[in-house]
Amino acid sequence: MPDLLAPTQRKFGVRSSEFGGRKRSKRSTPHSALRIPHSTESPELLRRVAKSHNLTDETYARIVKVLGRQPTITEVGIFGVEWSEHCSYCSSKVYLKTFPTKGRQVLVPAGKENAGVVDLGEGQAVAFKIESHNHPSAVEPVQGAATGVGGIIRDIFTMGARPIALLDALRFGPPQDRRSRFLLEGVVKGIADYGNAVGVPTVGGDIAFDQTYRDNPLVNVMCIGLLASRTIARAAARGVGNPVLYVGSSTGRDGLGGASFASRELSEGSDADRPAVQIGDPFAEKCLIEATLEALATGEVIGIQDMGAAGLTCSTSEMAARGGLGIEIDVLRVPRREAGMTPYDIMLSESQERMLLIVKRDAVTRITRLFARWRLQAVQIGRVTGDGRLRVREGEQVVADIPVGALTDGAPMYQRPVRRPSYLAKVQHLPLARVPQPKDLGGVLRRLIASPTIANKSPVFEQYDHMVQTSTVVLPGRADAAVLRLKGAARWLAATTDGSGRFCYLDPYVGGQLAVAEAARNLVCVGARPLAITDCLNFGNPEDPHIMWQFKECVRGIGEACRAFETPVTGGNVSFYNEHPGGAINPTPVIGMIGVIEGESGPVTASFKDEGDAIVVLGQTREELGGSEYLAVIHGRKQGVPPRADLRAERVLQQLMVQAARAGWLKSAHDCSEGGLAVALAESCIMDPDRARGAAVIGSRIPLAAARVRPDALLFGESAGRIVLSCARFYLEPLLELANRVGVPAAELGRVGGPRLTITPWIEEPVETLSEAWRSGLS
Amino acid sequence: MKVGVVIFPGSNCDADCLYVLKDVLGQDAVSLWHQDTALRGCDAIVLPGGFSYGDYLRTGAVARLSPIMGAVRRFASGGGLVLGICNGFQILLESGLLPGAILRNTGLRFICRFVTLRVERTDTPFTNRFKPGQVIRMPIAHNEGRYTAEAKTIRQIQPQVAFRYCGPDGQVGDAFNPNGSVEAIAGLTNAAGNVLGLMPHPERSSEAALGSEDGRLIFESMIESLAHA
Repeated sequence: MPDLLAPTQRKFGVRSSEFGGRKRSKRSTPHSALRIPHSTESPELLRRVAKSHNLTDETYARIVKVLGRQPTITEVGIFGVEWSEHCSYCSSKVYLKTFPTKGRQVLVPAGKENAGVVDLGEGQAVAFKIESHNHPSAVEPVQGAATGVGGIIRDIFTMGARPIALLDALRFGPPQDRRSRFLLEGVVKGIADYGNAVGVPTVGGDIAFDQTYRDNPLVNVMCIGLLASRTIARAAARGVGNPVLYVGSSTGRDGLGGASFASRELSEGSDADRPAVQIGDPFAEKCLIEATLEALATGEVIGIQDMGAAGLTCSTSEMAARGGLGIEIDVLRVPRREAGMTPYDIMLSESQERMLLIVKRDAVTRITRLFARWRLQAVQIGRVTGDGRLRVREGEQVVADIPVGALTDGAPMYQRPVRRPSYLAKVQHLPLARVPQPKDLGGVLRRLIASPTIANKSPVFEQYDHMVQTSTVVLPGRADAAVLRLKGAARWLAATTDGSGRFCYLDPYVGGQLAVAEAARNLVCVGARPLAITDCLNFGNPEDPHIMWQFKECVRGIGEACRAFETPVTGGNVSFYNEHPGGAINPTPVIGMIGVIEGESGPVTASFKDEGDAIVVLGQTREELGGSEYLAVIHGRKQGVPPRADLRAERVLQQLMVQAARAGWLKSAHDCSEGGLAVALAESCIMDPDRARGAAVIGSRIPLAAARVRPDALLFGESAGRIVLSCARFYLEPLLELANRVGVPAAELGRVGGPRLTITPWIEEPVETLSEAWRSGLS
Repeated sequence: MKVGVVIFPGSNCDADCLYVLKDVLGQDAVSLWHQDTALRGCDAIVLPGGFSYGDYLRTGAVARLSPIMGAVRRFASGGGLVLGICNGFQILLESGLLPGAILRNTGLRFICRFVTLRVERTDTPFTNRFKPGQVIRMPIAHNEGRYTAEAKTIRQIQPQVAFRYCGPDGQVGDAFNPNGSVEAIAGLTNAAGNVLGLMPHPERSSEAALGSEDGRLIFESMIESLAHA
């Protein structure tokens, strides 16, 4: 699937002369003698097809103008998918352009290729990207999630990177609801079926539950790949006359979705309905990974792109556009799964596990043999041309002939109307005086840690193979971020996904900032220096000015935080139209962030380790209950403003943490997020199932921003920029001194040890009780 | 020791096995392709984990028909050491090199986590570095790991059981049996003792960085027994 920002950054046509120019010659365009496509369909039918692709009359007129004639059915389909929201980012692009994308660490910036690439040093680099598969997962959770995994993995090995990790950000309705449970179990099974078989460990991610996602779950999958920084594969067509190879599974009519109605009418006697959801084959993908990486290693592959959304259409036109050239293919050469497929079907099919390769002219046989060894077909279906056009033939008949620039750069762009939603004033008002303060704060803690969003997620991640490739040095559920070793290097890679829909619902700008801030905090808690982000922006219908306002504000928040942290955006995906009968979902940005751990000390985990260790909290606690899990779970309120995001303070906190971790001072570190300080302390006590630890801390030592903070806010409020850590007493002094020097509020709260978690004077709970509550919450 | 690690299409633990053998243990290790018919002078063969041929039919059912398995069968019948891990174990069962069969886990879910195992035999070429009754930690990662066999076979193979799932103190019981295997069998050898199949992953527990080094003892036992052969 295409990247964020992609079309704006393409340099269409600038480099063509290098490769033989655009001049038509018999050699470069062997079929130039053929006539232009002849559209025989009635205008009325064409308009219906256009309509099925959500093309307006105005847009349709634009197509006629670009072509200078009536389009063929195939051409309408090609424009329909290329100019769709999904492929063209027509509503979001004006905002995505504002993201910071540059940085010393960025080797491939957003939009240039199928995924961004970031330098790790010592010749190593990572390609990474996140993508949504929300709608397919809502219809058919197992295959929807499975093909989401398959698609994002292809985006990564297309870059020449070996996929080394998957993370999933999942959002569902309450798990006690039958439908939500069904979706949860299906999605987890889909991720497991595909990810486990394909041999890429699912090492992390996050899951949250909220009524807003009941009918529209979010399934965002992030993949990370490792490559040598000098061998990045490119997705551009080069060299007029070079062969275009189709590789992988055959093309079927799966994934034609809404468009299939039209195509069915066209091919007489065509089959009954096909599901719009594609079916994944992880075995084919595993073979495709190995064969593709082998093929790239030969140096004979010039350009490569996976066939994701809009399959052949997208891959051919985007590769041609990136290279400033054209591509001509013959659909009759495309391996097909069934008879009677029209060019329209073939061009729009979203069958899985397929790639498009452009190879050196004399390499076709060698590359074909290489794929055959993995029992995969590799078939030459066309050539690179110099005329900047996507030309599709069915045998001798030309069925589409379109300037690629019109498909990619020429897509309509919208500056959609934005309006601040009126609900905000109402929900942001939180009359704290009317929120009763519970007497049994220990009971509140027990309820909170058993709430599905906070509870132990091992029932989920134990269904994923998180250990294959033997680099997962921190197991899921043991630290704030996933940590992978880089074999043979004295460095580790850390990754996380974060994003609170509730905060964004209450204030999308602050919510966007907080999503990035929490991701960065999670990384520094394992000792990693944040490097860059990929983002998946899940919103409602962009034609609604309120939704567009949420989007605009959220992007502004994310962009500001990324600038403040020097973590550029390297790509991602926008998912609009996440709606259900009751309205839009909470606006939910998911930030996938990667970082690197350097130095001798290695990763830090989140659980308390040894009796007598000092417990320290970094950061200041304010009276901030807005949008908290506490308000939602205990008081049933989705209200207030989210906690303040102080980006400068977050940045200083990040630097302090990286320094302290590198110095080897930290035994544990855990960020205060859902459930606040009390939940963070409780989790550090119980996260390690083999070694639960008690803790005794004194509430009055917690650094406060005001003279008085009500106890429930102090314990369960979600003020940003706070981390609970533990260290040997020996390192307490240098740690506090450093914090003081850089201006991070810090205090020793107490010690690790004993059979209970005591937060004097409010909470005294046996660790055993907390552990049971936490472990039973989601099982 | 020269070890051959067989790569079937769909294998996904082959690189992990090669890494342990070569980089951790410094052995000579080569990859063998499923269509090979010769074992290239290897002293031992490893069938790694994964999803050979997608495992769409029945785990290991297609892999047993691949050309290399003929050579592996001859090698085993001549006394050569063959280790099957996870999917490799399933292939050994399908090939008839080990008795019994594998069913889906009783919980009907894929399970990936560390388990504790009790070492039942220390006189095999795969287990001579363990202590009798030693309790060890290794991870499992499978959807189909429930070992089963006819009652008569179970009686016969008692002396061949190499590992059982157990509790922290070595106790065997339902609470410690992750997949419902008969008599908590996690791994067993053939009657001659030169073929071992097990569901847990020794290659994922051969380094301190991964949380356990117990699995390495299996590879070290093989090295030791070949050195004295």
